[in-house]
Amino acid sequence: MTDPLSTSSIHLLVVDDEASVRESLEQWFLEDGYSVHTAENAAAALDILQRERIDLVLLDIKMPGMDGLALQERIREFDTDIIIIIITAFASVDTAVRALKAGAFDYVTKPIDPDELSTMVRNAAQQRRLARENAQLRQTVDALHHIDDIVGASEEMVKVFDLVRTVAPTKSTVLIRGESGTGKELIARAIHANSTRKYFPIIPVNCGALSESLLESELFGHEKGSFTGAQYRRKGKFEMANGGTLFLDEIGTLAPKTQVDLLRVLESHQFQRVGGEQTIHVDFRLICATNADLEAAVRDGTFREDLYYRINVFAITIPPLRERRGDIPMLAEHFVHKYARLMNRTAKEFSEGAMSLLTTYAWPGNVRELENAVERAMVVSSRPFIEEEDLPMHLSTRAAGAAGESLADVERRHIVQVLSEMNWNITRSAERLAIDRVTLYNKIEKYGLKRPE
Amino acid sequence: MTDILLIPLEADRDLSLDEFAADLGQVLAARVTVGALPVPIREAYDASRRQYHSGRILQMLLDTAPPGKTKLLGVTSHDLFLPVLTYIFGQAQLAARACIFSSFRLRNDLYGLAPSSHLLRRRSFKEALHELGHTYGLRHCADEPCVMNASTYVEDIDIKPAEFCASCSPVIHRAEF
Repeated sequence: MTDPLSTSSIHLLVVDDEASVRESLEQWFLEDGYSVHTAENAAAALDILQRERIDLVLLDIKMPGMDGLALQERIREFDTDIIIIIITAFASVDTAVRALKAGAFDYVTKPIDPDELSTMVRNAAQQRRLARENAQLRQTVDALHHIDDIVGASEEMVKVFDLVRTVAPTKSTVLIRGESGTGKELIARAIHANSTRKYFPIIPVNCGALSESLLESELFGHEKGSFTGAQYRRKGKFEMANGGTLFLDEIGTLAPKTQVDLLRVLESHQFQRVGGEQTIHVDFRLICATNADLEAAVRDGTFREDLYYRINVFAITIPPLRERRGDIPMLAEHFVHKYARLMNRTAKEFSEGAMSLLTTYAWPGNVRELENAVERAMVVSSRPFIEEEDLPMHLSTRAAGAAGESLADVERRHIVQVLSEMNWNITRSAERLAIDRVTLYNKIEKYGLKRPE
Repeated sequence: MTDILLIPLEADRDLSLDEFAADLGQVLAARVTVGALPVPIREAYDASRRQYHSGRILQMLLDTAPPGKTKLLGVTSHDLFLPVLTYIFGQAQLAARACIFSSFRLRNDLYGLAPSSHLLRRRSFKEALHELGHTYGLRHCADEPCVMNASTYVEDIDIKPAEFCASCSPVIHRAEF
């Protein structure tokens, strides 16, 4: 019996003004197991195309009213994927050629050789199936690449997104700068995901996490026996990134020798494995990230100037979270939903106090710290709202003052906490703070505090 | 048990229809009889194509046969066509009563080969099973060696077996008429 996944999942539409042709072809394709629709003119065909999912159209070129070519154009306007096979009489092969140029899959002349017809439709159906599978795979891959942790509507982040969109499709090397925890790797992944290399891997290497010799072997790979413990031949990150993107995080920590080696690979696109002689060619895009002051490092002589210019082609600076506080509520909410999904729990809202704490805290650890704080809150919170006490201890208790913070920071946080506890009742807050209302208003203005909405 | 009426329509003399009917009956577990019907097949002749319009013959079979559930299998030696196709080996109503096949393109001599009445009978038998299979509701079978494999060349017919595969066979034997 016919495999339900083969022909019956392919929907054909036969468009011909001759009833006998429609009937014969319908019969023929039904026997082959296809799902078949028929239409006697262009209008009926368009009607069916709007109602049904059609994969393949067999189109008679000569019909009264709108002819096959015009109908083909109309179909192409709303569906570029439908496969069109033109049926023509011998006399109008020229027209069939025009149809082919306009994107028809193939054409057959009447009367049609049954074998030719079977083979052609089978090939067309196969192509359609592959196209459909391709589209599905592409969607899956796109979903995997989709970066949903970059959230922000602040002017600073909108600028970052613009830069990502601008540079992604180019071949340019990108240097991403920002404090730790600002999401440099996410930006690198977003650039990769929006580039033509997205179907190849992005290989991240944290240069700061490895010793000089380990990093060398990690990047270049090594041959068996090239050093003690090298029991197997191993591909390096350069080779693994071939076709894709190499992401070097903490580039500022590279040892001088590794800087020279890297520069050589970037110039020549070729290298040898540690302990190897074979020259390996690679093609990757380089994205680097740093939170260090590379310019100062160049001045000090700890970072090579030529490498600096080689990697600093297109720079994207991600602002620290404290400089884009407006994004905090949105980010916090995003992480709540993310962890609700991961923990299979319902998403919670933040109490006013908790939100106020989040928006006023200095976030030295940036977005990563915020994410950790929200994750923790989702774990410990047992009420429908996330309260201040659900947030990590250092967020709420360090409000009393932490080493290394300025007096203004401490004052600001204390005011925020009191306002939040008093539900932004100015009179009661001022009483608690033992200052008058005008002073409190002045301080609110000074620290740019806003009542949470 | 299904009743099948085998109707010779200027059939090939090399086909011994009684034997043919008995063999069909065995594979299909059906009662197959040979019977003449006054079908005016000359009316289905298209002089410009020098072929017989298969669709018209099917209609004539249905018009001529007594009403009932008996399946109708026309057997002819004439070349068959459908308007849009250059030729067909046979035609059937899907999950219905009537079907027909032609032995015209099943003869070795058409291809310049030595005549073989054995091959002719073998191929005809497979074509008969195939068209009757359609009347049981079976469509072309792509997966296994099966008589319901589509054939557009005579070689295709020679390759496939004269039996239904494990998926198609139950459809034949579950049939109510």
